[in-house]
Amino acid sequence: MATSTVQHGDNYINHSQGIMSWLKTLDHKRIGIMYLFSILFFFLVGGIFALLVRLELLAPGMQFMSQDKYNQAFTYHGAIMVFMVIIPLIPAAIGNFVLPMMVGAKDVAFPRWNLASYYVYMTGALVAASTLFMNGVDTGWTFYTPYSIRTNTSAAWVLMGAFIMGFSSILTGLNFIVTVHKLRAPGLSWDRLPLFVWALYATSIIQILATPVLAITLFLLILERTLGIGIFDPKLGGDPVLFQHFFWFYSHPAVYIMVLPAMGVISEVIPVFSRKPIFGYKAIAAATFGIALVSFIVWGHHMFVSGQSAFANYVFSLLTMFVAIPTGVKVFSWLGTLYKGSLRFDAPMLYVYGFLIVFTIGGLTGMFLATVSLDVHLTDTYFVVAHFHYVMVGGTLLGFMAGLHYWFPKFTGKMYKESTATWAALIINIGFNVTFFPQFILGALGMPRRYADYLPQFETLNRLSTVGSWFILLGFLVVAYNLWSALKSGVKAGNNPWGALTLEWQTPSPPPHENFTNDPVVTEGPYEYVGEKALMGVNGAV
Amino acid sequence: MGSTTSVAGQRQHAHHFKNGREEFEACKQGMWIFLVTEVLFFSGLFLAYAILRVFYPEMVAAAHHELDWKMGGLNTVVLLISSWTMARAVSAAQRGQAQKVVSFLLATFICAGIFMCVKYMEYSHKIHEGLLPGSLFSFKDLLSVDKVGLFFSVYFVMTGIHGLHVLIGMGLILWIMKRASRNEFGPNYFTPVEMLGLYWHFVDLVWIYLFPLLYLVS
Ligand SMILES: [Cu+2]
Repeated sequence: MATSTVQHGDNYINHSQGIMSWLKTLDHKRIGIMYLFSILFFFLVGGIFALLVRLELLAPGMQFMSQDKYNQAFTYHGAIMVFMVIIPLIPAAIGNFVLPMMVGAKDVAFPRWNLASYYVYMTGALVAASTLFMNGVDTGWTFYTPYSIRTNTSAAWVLMGAFIMGFSSILTGLNFIVTVHKLRAPGLSWDRLPLFVWALYATSIIQILATPVLAITLFLLILERTLGIGIFDPKLGGDPVLFQHFFWFYSHPAVYIMVLPAMGVISEVIPVFSRKPIFGYKAIAAATFGIALVSFIVWGHHMFVSGQSAFANYVFSLLTMFVAIPTGVKVFSWLGTLYKGSLRFDAPMLYVYGFLIVFTIGGLTGMFLATVSLDVHLTDTYFVVAHFHYVMVGGTLLGFMAGLHYWFPKFTGKMYKESTATWAALIINIGFNVTFFPQFILGALGMPRRYADYLPQFETLNRLSTVGSWFILLGFLVVAYNLWSALKSGVKAGNNPWGALTLEWQTPSPPPHENFTNDPVVTEGPYEYVGEKALMGVNGAV
Repeated sequence: MGSTTSVAGQRQHAHHFKNGREEFEACKQGMWIFLVTEVLFFSGLFLAYAILRVFYPEMVAAAHHELDWKMGGLNTVVLLISSWTMARAVSAAQRGQAQKVVSFLLATFICAGIFMCVKYMEYSHKIHEGLLPGSLFSFKDLLSVDKVGLFFSVYFVMTGIHGLHVLIGMGLILWIMKRASRNEFGPNYFTPVEMLGLYWHFVDLVWIYLFPLLYLVS
């Protein structure tokens, strides 16, 4: 089986040859890369639906879609982006590759289950996507009852797809928790864990606790559609609001399944490029768990107008405001790390700066929506759409882009072209704000979400938003071109181009089959950038 | 890289673990986490049941008389016995007594089989009478009771998912029996038997809750 001697030049890519050696691999690094390509493919599909939606909204009146098709387009955009892209994106792709290396392990605890999770994900994704060739789905990604029971589109198959994908999420989370507990290298105590590992660990706990509730909810809804069991159907005595409670009990914590890993990326990238120990290591780790904990008791803020009791509204409103405290702790710790550090403008850092601005706006507008009296006015308007895009796209996607550029040299052993990466980062950041900032204003002016048409007075801002979406497209095309040409003909990156101190950088790029040439032993924390070492890193002399 | 060889069989631990002990600890933790997800999965159903009882207490009281508590009770006894035989199979595996492992697993399998037969008789009786979920309900004597189909929705979904777990367990028991008969387990390696045991006790425990909640409503 495995040997302890690593042949010179042996790495996880050339360790074995042929397509089957990838499809049947148990190597966490290869599984991470397979996830990465699959998720990015679905990102493209979900992105095309987004562009179609924006194109339809370029002008008032109907442009090129029927209203039914419009309903399907925004449903597919939402469902694909949430269930197939943003939830697995950082944990399953980057985390799979990086987490075992960061803890100094040879693999995740259960490699077979890890591979199984990939195939479960693909099965679920294909089941859901197959409805594109049936009657489509038009419920919105939230599948609210009773409409999701009545619609004669192929909703049951999309529900089945999301149900199946949930198990892949659970398997990934389970694997990460056990890996962090049982496979840490000697000397890697809990207070020396990189913050990305802490973030993925907290994310995994949420995945374990919340996803089964979504699974049973979707399962009941499938039975509702096929057998008419009536639990969510008011006609048969069931309670449609119960569905909302179940759904948001998962889907609010799911917001943190999406954003905590991105925060973990930010916590890695900032100290490396600032050449400073991270400010408030313990505070950030604790805040991660604070957020995870609070995330389970705030779901009712999605239901202020659902008819739940006024008392419940007060309680959920108050609890939601508590989310701001641990989030604020993190943002200020990051700023504290940047303060008097060496401010660099490498591509990963450009995405970090974008993240800090955009995520702060997203978080603060979340406070607007947590305020019951304001939320009643803003519910189901574009203000909500803008808010969650600032948090999910601005947070998760920008965090992912930072991580992708940061770890790309480790994944591939190649370095991308910095100037091209800089331009792409600028275009994406600007395009994002041009697309979504006008939507805050549109929402405050009262433009409802999910409508295929709008009043003439909203035209200018909608045009602006649509033009912004083209810039986002352009930015991602540049990124794709840049990374692809780096892969084909990039210069060698070296083992540790950023001079980082975490374990995954203390091994060749791309890493050997079993990650490390010698079993690593840890003697200090992950961000001890002081004196010599900081200087060494800046000179790239590692 | 070290390796351990169990007394019975020639198994090595997987390459990314330091030793067999670490592998066992990891599997055990993984199994417990899996069982946590199972608890949360069922908790959604228990919540739906609780809401049903709060909304329509008289309906639940009237509907539950159509469930046969004798059959449910018989199944409870059968599953309790199977939990005991499973526990004996695990401790036999730890001592490397392959023949005993096979016998006790076979006994567990037979108990599970009896459980499913009883379940089958209950289901076919209800389907015959029209005691069906939600919109499909057509049992004449109870049609006057408002929303009565909901009780049978919850009954069929809960016992159906539980029954599915029993069936999966039966498949796993056969697989582990086969491995035990090849003398794969001993004091140094009995992880799969131990994990199967945890799973089986969980499946039994769910039934211990389902039986009084569905059959013995007071
Ligand atoms: Cu929420």
